[in-house]
Amino acid sequence: MTNVATETQKAPRTSRDWDMAAIAPFVALALLLVLGYFANPNFISVANLLNVITRSAFIAIIALGATYVISSGGLDLSVGSMVAFVASLMILFINSGVIADPVLMLICAAILALVLGAACGLVNGLITTVGRIEPFIATLGTMGIYRGLTTWLSQGGAITLQDRELQQIYRPVYFGSVAGIPVPIIIIFVTAAIAAFVLYRTRYGRHVVAVGSNEDVARYSGISVNKVRTIAYVIQGLCVAVAVLLYVPRLGSTSATTGILWELQAITAVVVGGTALRGGVGRVWGTVCGAFILEIVGNIMLLSNFVSEYLIGAIQGAIIIIAMLVQRSLMRRT
Amino acid sequence: MLEARGVSKTFGVVEVLRDIDVSVRPGEVHAIIGENGAGKSTLMKILAGNHAPTRGELAIDERAVSFSGPVDAEAAGVVLVHQEILLAPDLTVAQNIFLGRELRKGLTVDDRAMNERAAQAIRNLGAEIDPKTVVRRLSIAQRQLVQIARVLLVPHRVVIFDEPTASLTPHETEALLKVIRDIRAKGVGVLYISHRLPEVKEIADRVTVLRDGRVVASHDAGDLQPADMARLMVGRDVAKLYPERHGGPAREVVLEVEDFSVPGFARNASFQLRKGEILGFAGLVGAGRTELMEGVVGLRPGHGRIRHHGRAVDFSSVQHSLKAGLVYLSEDRKGKGLLLTKDLRVNLTLASLSKFVKTLQIDRRQEADALDGAIREFDIRTGRKDILAGQLSGGNQQKLLLAKMMMLDPEIVIIDEPTRGIDIGNKEQIYKFIAKLAEEGRSIIVVSSEMPELIGIADRILVMREGHIVGEVTGDRMNENEIVVLATGANTGEAA
Repeated sequence: MTNVATETQKAPRTSRDWDMAAIAPFVALALLLVLGYFANPNFISVANLLNVITRSAFIAIIALGATYVISSGGLDLSVGSMVAFVASLMILFINSGVIADPVLMLICAAILALVLGAACGLVNGLITTVGRIEPFIATLGTMGIYRGLTTWLSQGGAITLQDRELQQIYRPVYFGSVAGIPVPIIIIFVTAAIAAFVLYRTRYGRHVVAVGSNEDVARYSGISVNKVRTIAYVIQGLCVAVAVLLYVPRLGSTSATTGILWELQAITAVVVGGTALRGGVGRVWGTVCGAFILEIVGNIMLLSNFVSEYLIGAIQGAIIIIAMLVQRSLMRRT
Repeated sequence: MLEARGVSKTFGVVEVLRDIDVSVRPGEVHAIIGENGAGKSTLMKILAGNHAPTRGELAIDERAVSFSGPVDAEAAGVVLVHQEILLAPDLTVAQNIFLGRELRKGLTVDDRAMNERAAQAIRNLGAEIDPKTVVRRLSIAQRQLVQIARVLLVPHRVVIFDEPTASLTPHETEALLKVIRDIRAKGVGVLYISHRLPEVKEIADRVTVLRDGRVVASHDAGDLQPADMARLMVGRDVAKLYPERHGGPAREVVLEVEDFSVPGFARNASFQLRKGEILGFAGLVGAGRTELMEGVVGLRPGHGRIRHHGRAVDFSSVQHSLKAGLVYLSEDRKGKGLLLTKDLRVNLTLASLSKFVKTLQIDRRQEADALDGAIREFDIRTGRKDILAGQLSGGNQQKLLLAKMMMLDPEIVIIDEPTRGIDIGNKEQIYKFIAKLAEEGRSIIVVSSEMPELIGIADRILVMREGHIVGEVTGDRMNENEIVVLATGANTGEAA
């Protein structure tokens, strides 16, 4: 009996030791805030910070969905084109003017966007699970499809909201604020709270992590792996739709270039947040933190004069690589 | 020839090995035995240069040496045959054997020479495998031979075998023992680690027993019987490894499988399982036992008739069979049974989560209580409750897996290789659990390659060969001979 006891001591790594990986993104965020202050004292002003976080809303919300897909062992490259596609259809629907009352029209358009987002996610999910195609390839394909359909819908140009009155009603969804807090920030946190509850507290969330951790174990435990994965893609689609609901009132227009490279930013936010790219570990609040980090890095570059803001893409690319290296070294250390 | 002098090894604060003196002479087989966690594998890794000793030294030919790594040890002629199969499944036999030391002809690799020499190397082991076969297509036993051939290609004076027979059937074990005798006959020193005492008795010239990181005995093999070895390993008498059974199975048939086929693995299998019965499934590795069971519970596509309490049922998906009270515990504990990187609580409740959900939320307190209960009931030995499943020893992992599936309160339990890679103390407990389950009126199917264990606990044993159920042994006929004859087909003259 003693040898069993010693065996457990021999490798002191326990579930608790993973906490380092969970804390790391928040430490990085704090360091960035300090760095930002030294680069330009204006950075730390409440107005600027609220502004930065507001702008991170699209990526943060999409990345919450990506947290589900990635934790379950999948990947979705189509989210950027999906934003463009869903937003375009939503604007076209509103422009069609089939419903006279602007408020009712907006509600219907919002529901349509959510249904479309869920449907796009369902397509991704079914192709990867029932069609048994690698998620990388499947969503690379749908990325092209959603993007191409958007280009076709817009005939290469822009799709713009036409109804001025409706636009005025819709505007506050992005530009408004409640008790001094911009609406998009509230939506980020509400979405994240729901995502965290589902992932950490419900049966489905536990199944997501189990499937991503080891598909076979999940299957042998009686979990329907395909169902769990497909639902993760649907959740991703719904998150994209929520991002669209914020995006449309901001610009009131889409084009073939809407949401380009957003998939890269969303995946970066997820990985920076500490979610394992191979699946099995999901960190909802880490993802939100990761999205903030991405936006703040861009903002610091804008406010400071050291680095050209044209290098933002390169810096974000570097961040994902650094995040992976940090993640790996944190796991090895223990 | 190779010698460890006063070797100790400490990981963190725990001393895994203490003052070990072991040596191997040319032309002898020296068996190192001990329970899991006794330090056998660590000792072998030190001898093969994978670890450096914390104290003490190694010596070759009376001269102290220190290995900076396995390559160093190989240069000195010390090679290790790993317990796990470490081959690239998509490469051919020859490519694997020469991996990292390819023969070259100018700028390109010399495939022809490698194929020839690989074939020769395998022939030297008394087997015949086409060197151009892709390793994925080989049986476990064949892969093991390829791995041994690969290791023996290095000029060697000492060969260390780390539990080479753990996944072999008796037939294959016999062949491997012959290979080891041949190696010994060439004057090579062999260190042989195993759990299986009869084969140790058969092959070893000397036996050293490790317990809790210390040498507790070292004798000539002639002076020790398997029973003595077992007692030395565990530190107590293990005469009663198999539990006393109270009351046999009832008449009532709970599961009836008829004409069931799993394409590529099992054909037209029919059997019945009674209430409270322990039904054994014997056969060689690859006979289709695991696949048949996976087909029956719906983990693999299969077709045939299944009746549960006389009623025809559709178990085409594992969700259906689980709901009907049929659980299957995979032989592949680490790959298909437990989430090794998750903690015990998550693992325990994974299959039965719906029992722990209250208004959408998982009740973690209830989960923690269930874990406490399982640790008590199944005697899962763990210092802390928040460790990961992968940190448990093999025996405790098996107990956790058993506890996990028992959370479903199943009526029928299929256990595949219940004691693979588990030490004697834990084995005994697992057998007790199985017997207890049967006494509770559950019906058990045990699939195992270890015949003594089937004979020890089963009421009845079905033998499979090449996808068919070829016979049943019961009562007085339950002995290894009968089973081997059926499993190998020796009685029908089909195979040698």
